[in-house]
Amino acid sequence: MGINSQRVHQILTSDKFKDLVRKRLTVSISLTIIMLLAYFGFMLSIAFFKDFLTIKIGEHITLGLPIGIGVIVFAWLLTGIYIHWANNKYDKAVRELRNEILEN
Amino acid sequence: MENIQTTLGQVNIASIIIFFAFVAVTLAITYWAAKKTKTTSEFYAADRSISGFQNGLALAGDYMSAASFLGIAGMVALKGYDGLIYSIGFLVGWPLVMFLVAEPLRNLGKFTFADVVAFRLKQKPVRIASSMGSLMTIVFYLIAQMVGAGALVNILFGFPYEVAVIIVGLVMISYVLFGGMLATTWVQIIKAVLLIGGTTFLVIMTLAQFGMNPITLFEVATEKYGDVILSPGGFVKNPWDAISLGLALILGTAGLPHILMRFFTVPDAKQARKSVFIATGFIGYFYILTFVIGFGAMVLVGQDVISSFDKGGNMAALLLSESVGGQFFLGFIAAVAFATILAVVAGLTLSGASTLSHDLYVSVIKKGKTDEAGEVKVARIATLIIGSLAIILGLIFKGQNVAFMVGLAFSIASSANFPSLVLSIFWKNFTTKGAVASIITGSSLAVILIILSPTVWVDIIGNPEPIFGLKNPAIISMPASFLVAFIVSKLTAEKEAAEKFEDEKLRTYLGIGAE
Repeated sequence: MGINSQRVHQILTSDKFKDLVRKRLTVSISLTIIMLLAYFGFMLSIAFFKDFLTIKIGEHITLGLPIGIGVIVFAWLLTGIYIHWANNKYDKAVRELRNEILEN
Repeated sequence: MENIQTTLGQVNIASIIIFFAFVAVTLAITYWAAKKTKTTSEFYAADRSISGFQNGLALAGDYMSAASFLGIAGMVALKGYDGLIYSIGFLVGWPLVMFLVAEPLRNLGKFTFADVVAFRLKQKPVRIASSMGSLMTIVFYLIAQMVGAGALVNILFGFPYEVAVIIVGLVMISYVLFGGMLATTWVQIIKAVLLIGGTTFLVIMTLAQFGMNPITLFEVATEKYGDVILSPGGFVKNPWDAISLGLALILGTAGLPHILMRFFTVPDAKQARKSVFIATGFIGYFYILTFVIGFGAMVLVGQDVISSFDKGGNMAALLLSESVGGQFFLGFIAAVAFATILAVVAGLTLSGASTLSHDLYVSVIKKGKTDEAGEVKVARIATLIIGSLAIILGLIFKGQNVAFMVGLAFSIASSANFPSLVLSIFWKNFTTKGAVASIITGSSLAVILIILSPTVWVDIIGNPEPIFGLKNPAIISMPASFLVAFIVSKLTAEKEAAEKFEDEKLRTYLGIGAE
């Protein structure tokens, strides 16, 4: 596994690598913000818009019930979205860059 | 309401048999694991042989404590919807673990998260500071678990508190001491399967009484206790308090040393991310189940009966098990609750031991110069130290109100461990002094503010008014930690660390050179 330091430097400063890092950060940070917005949006609606969550959607069932369960399911779906992106897009780009570095 | 007959509190033969069967099986696994636990990589990280799916289950097993099972089910049973709000806070930290730390952590670290924080900074000061943050988190979490274990076993099996604490301590020490990470992982996997299987069965048995329709259960509950139980109640009295607790829970999850350590057991970053997906799915499913269990207990057992056993409602899930499944099923769920504690404390002890041996002894005292066999020996001694400490603290804190210690552990994790970890991964200009100052600020503010808060200053010490008005300090201590990290790093530029950041990217993003 010969790693040529000049080659490594070339890769690290290449557009392809910079693009990979930028995409990775964009996806990670966007999903983090979406999760935080969903959670704190839920918490703030409990604090300030309680009436919204107590709207009846059945005889007794409140809107708060599907929303609360929904936050849990949503959190899991976000991890699913990330894993889907990472397995298909990110890993592919990583593999290409790794090969360029390790195979010369 | 009819008078409910319960055998809770009496010696339950089924429960004792199931519990001892669990201990026997897990000790047999430990014996098997011990043969495969010779090197440091085997002791701390199961030789990176755990698959993403297995690690996901183990993470769930490490995270779902008896407190979150019995406590949240009880909270739902007595307060309805508010219990759900609480459990959501414990879940939403997991996606952040995945997006921000899991993969870089796996690629950069070796055995502990301090490996990552110290990666391009000066080893000695950073390791000492990180260890302090880790050990504080672990010790507070351990105290809460040990005291909970003693109290729970006392109620469930009728054993004296002290005997329970010592049994838990000794069994947990055996897992970690002999079987290292491999045994600990399998204990957590088995526990997760038992807990998820047991609660699923409990939910099915409960819903069977309502035509398998949860909506019917909720409707019967509102007919009995009013619409208020399906609406947010008093949980969010002070929005700042709720936000502060929320911050501690979601950022703290990404700073729990025993959780972070699990990412070193998988072969690569891909498996690390897969394990978070699996863990989040199981933990989320489990919290939805506890919500249904809480409502089941509310309707089938009744709030009066539940609170007559325990004001906090901790016995709700157990009373419901007996009501729908009889004495044998009560025994099963009780044994599972106890096994749950064992798995959590084993993970905590292993993590504490690796901090003592890998971060402090090897990296600070020996400056990285030890042989494999020597380090494993030190790690085993450290296991004995942390394990004995857990038993001693469990005995000292008997009968004390330690529920706040879980909140404190999360606050320290979010204010000391999380900022330094995230900044070391993402911020080029982070420096040694910045890291040390940030960890000291975050952890000491978290501890001081919680002492001055209503939780300790009023409820425990007994003063009339708190000095710090919020129950959880994270909203102050976490931003303060980031701010101090930023200011101190700006003032103490570290050229070498900034230069290494570029090379580090090769490892962070491509996994080249990862252990």
